[in-house]
Amino acid sequence: MSDSLVAGLAIALQVLAVTAAAPIVVGVTRQIRARLEGRVGAGVLQPWRDLRKLARKEPLTAEGVILGRALPVALMSVSGLLVALLPLVTTLTLPAVPDDLFVVVSVLLLGSVFIALIGLDAGSAFGGMGSSRHMMVSALVEPTVLVAVYALSIPVGASTLSTILSARMSTPASIVSPVSALALVALLIAVIAETGRLPVDNPSTHLELTMIHEAMVLEASGRDLGWIELASWIRLTGLFGLVANLALPWGIAEQATVGTLGIGVAAIIGKVVVLAGIVAAVEVFLAKVRLFRVPELMAGSFVLGFLAVTASYLTGAS
Amino acid sequence: MNVFQWAVIALVLSFFVATAAAVGAPTPRLRNILAGVAAMALGVSGTATGVAALTGDTTILLLATPLPGMTLSWHATALGGFFAAVSGVVVVICALYGIGYAHGPAASRTGWSAFAAFGLGMQLVPLAGDVVTFLIAWEVMAIGSSVLVLSDHAHRPGVRKAGLWYAVMTHLSFLLLAAGLGIAAASAGSTSFYAIATTPPTGEVAALAFVLALVGFATKAGAVPVHIWLPRAHPEAPSHVSALMSAVMVKMGIYGAMLLTTRLFPNGPSWWALLVLGLGIPSALYGILQASVASDLKRLLAYSTTENVGLILIALAIAMLTRPTRPGISAVALIAVFLLVVSHAAFKTTLFLAAGSILHGTGERDLDRMGGLAVRMPVTAIALAVGSLGAAALPATSGFVAEWSLLQSLIHADSRTDRLTTAILPFVMGVVALTAGLALLTFTKAFGIATLARPRTANAAAAHEGSRSMRLAMLLAAAGVVAVGVIPGVLVRAISPVLPEVARPTAYSAGLVLPGAQASLDPTALALLALAVTLPLVTTGWLLARRVPRQQVAMGWGCGGVRTSPRMQYTATSYAEPLVRIFDDALAPTRDVRVTHAEESRFTVRAMAYSQRVVDVVEARGYAPVVRALTRLGDRGRSLQNGSIHRYLASSFGALLLVLLGVLG
Repeated sequence: MSDSLVAGLAIALQVLAVTAAAPIVVGVTRQIRARLEGRVGAGVLQPWRDLRKLARKEPLTAEGVILGRALPVALMSVSGLLVALLPLVTTLTLPAVPDDLFVVVSVLLLGSVFIALIGLDAGSAFGGMGSSRHMMVSALVEPTVLVAVYALSIPVGASTLSTILSARMSTPASIVSPVSALALVALLIAVIAETGRLPVDNPSTHLELTMIHEAMVLEASGRDLGWIELASWIRLTGLFGLVANLALPWGIAEQATVGTLGIGVAAIIGKVVVLAGIVAAVEVFLAKVRLFRVPELMAGSFVLGFLAVTASYLTGAS
Repeated sequence: MNVFQWAVIALVLSFFVATAAAVGAPTPRLRNILAGVAAMALGVSGTATGVAALTGDTTILLLATPLPGMTLSWHATALGGFFAAVSGVVVVICALYGIGYAHGPAASRTGWSAFAAFGLGMQLVPLAGDVVTFLIAWEVMAIGSSVLVLSDHAHRPGVRKAGLWYAVMTHLSFLLLAAGLGIAAASAGSTSFYAIATTPPTGEVAALAFVLALVGFATKAGAVPVHIWLPRAHPEAPSHVSALMSAVMVKMGIYGAMLLTTRLFPNGPSWWALLVLGLGIPSALYGILQASVASDLKRLLAYSTTENVGLILIALAIAMLTRPTRPGISAVALIAVFLLVVSHAAFKTTLFLAAGSILHGTGERDLDRMGGLAVRMPVTAIALAVGSLGAAALPATSGFVAEWSLLQSLIHADSRTDRLTTAILPFVMGVVALTAGLALLTFTKAFGIATLARPRTANAAAAHEGSRSMRLAMLLAAAGVVAVGVIPGVLVRAISPVLPEVARPTAYSAGLVLPGAQASLDPTALALLALAVTLPLVTTGWLLARRVPRQQVAMGWGCGGVRTSPRMQYTATSYAEPLVRIFDDALAPTRDVRVTHAEESRFTVRAMAYSQRVVDVVEARGYAPVVRALTRLGDRGRSLQNGSIHRYLASSFGALLLVLLGVLG
């Protein structure tokens, strides 16, 4: 078999594995939250049951909605593409499509735009409100993401994620360096904001004045809602997986054999579940910040990223 | 005679044909067709001159004039050829659009003649081989566009003011250029660019010439703080002219900056690069910030032009900074400059033409009064979508490819040895990223509010699609955005003569390969991967849809209430409200809340009116005081002119005396 065919199959496995795991990751966070709050919880498989229910229900489209049919599928497809590009299970990439960080970020942003358009297309005040807030957060997150990316790419001199991961695996000391720590924290804050977790957005609220993500998808129903929810869960899992892999790269498959890929799948699911569990546990003790305090949070994370870049010049292995 | 010479002759001939058609055509409809086709021919010949120059032609054309010692010259260079080719293509598309779009004053004799002159000027500027020819072509371009900006002066009072601002700023630019290039020519002892490039001035003279000319070019390019003509002139001009102004004319400023920094004075000190960066950073940030809060679609696009000019200047500055030490990275930054130029030309043409189509179909320019246009204007909506994706630099569009190369040049530009560059880079990175983020919001807003959901006004509900030529022109421009985004390698190969040796592609590739940054991007493969992911999803969706069909319902969720009015939808203004709050200091908006109380009780509110206005801070705080001072001076001077013949005679005598004294002394 040629290299690109092997890589292609490995990537297909990665997409399928993450798609299957994403609802469970979300189920775990909900379950942890429920237990910490003294509730029984619905079980980790509840998101999957929700999806099955939504797939069987008829979607309702209000008059005046124009792209309501296409956008949810497009959103899902962008999430799939994002997972195909990220090095989660394996660092193998198709030769023609390296996992360039800027490409990854732009695919991520494409997803943001699609969901913002879903909000606008609904033609209600809620949809527009959520969409506007969502794009504002995305716009402010972008500098942090790119500066953190920049800091991570300096030591290896390349912007491809798989190169960065391989370099980190071969020299583990670089992971605990100040550069890496600062950049990772900045990236984690950006990921939390981008995936709509506390303290930026509360995924379980339906209060008009505070919701962002829920406001955008308020008008969606049936399989449309199913696509949207699955897409955002996949996005969450993929991004958490990226942060987890940058922090602890071990376990990721560098060659494609049945054994390594199996370990890769198990490792990424384990890492993401642990990270998501920690995030969920911390969220119990957090309240959502006021919308207009979010820029301060983002400015803070940008400063961290900026410091990471500066530190890499001071300490950098040139 | 070679291709270049034939093409220049065809260029001038088609200008005369276009003018003759504009003046001689018996009916407005026929005039649109004849003059429009001739203007398209002008664009085609312009493209041909550019392509000839790009493919290695180095012809010099000399044209003797009756004035002693003055010979006009046109010189085919790769750099000029690139800009001539870009402007030629845009002229063709805008002229095609104009055939169906031009009406009223824009379709008059003056309108089409000015269009032809404008097109001719823009084609000749990048081909000019000496300072005098350059300035003449520049002035033809300026006058042609000034006349076009004033098209609607009889109908809308705002047009006159816009025309005045434009005329003043464009001539300020001309004066600065004449001064800067004049100093360089005087020091070289010849007006030809070739002579200036071989014996460039040095030291303070060079610095003076550079700064004057750079500010002159920046004025034309619409960089902050000399951008203020742009948000006034672009909205008021007819849309096919706005497209031409924004996509090409502004680029002549960029051409000028590149002429200065890569051809005339390639070895300037590093503070020149910092000066360019100092123009680029505020332009990018301020431009996109104003664009993100604008609700007039054409004003939004005008500010976005300032943003893109800023990005281009940033890329140029990086190319200048890294040239002495890192030629490979400098070449990557130069590729970014060229890609940004092509990309902006493509998506801004698309967007302005779509804005024109919306104006034509609804009579609205204000996003707050649009909505639901995708139903009645599908082609326009597609063009707006593609253009917006391009402007937001999202994948599979030209904007993404261009921004990707800019980012690649930025992350590889640090050299550790040069502390200044190293200190600046992360900051520049942050600026570019924030700009990209805000551009995303801006164009999501522009596309979403205009074309999706329900119409907000009766005009928007009664929208109609434009004529065939308009639709064709929009689709052509949109195809350009996608083509550059999917197969950028072909473009880079075509423009390789204008790139430095290290950056020229060696092997054929549809994608973009940046050897200096060891990075490659193949959007075609990315698109195929996306397709591979999408196909199973679409199949699943189709299967699900067969089992449970979709249901159309009359209304969205209205909190249990009756159907909400379309006016309750979010508007462009409300969409940008969070940003106005966050960037309160930079935008300095004026808000006004008027509460009318009921007569019976102060505690009951009868009506409430909220208004918000965002003005250009640079204009209000930088220019307004100067204008006021000049007006005061003028008023004071007026008191001299009191109608007394004795006073006039006395002042004439005084003037004569002064002149004589000057001559004697």
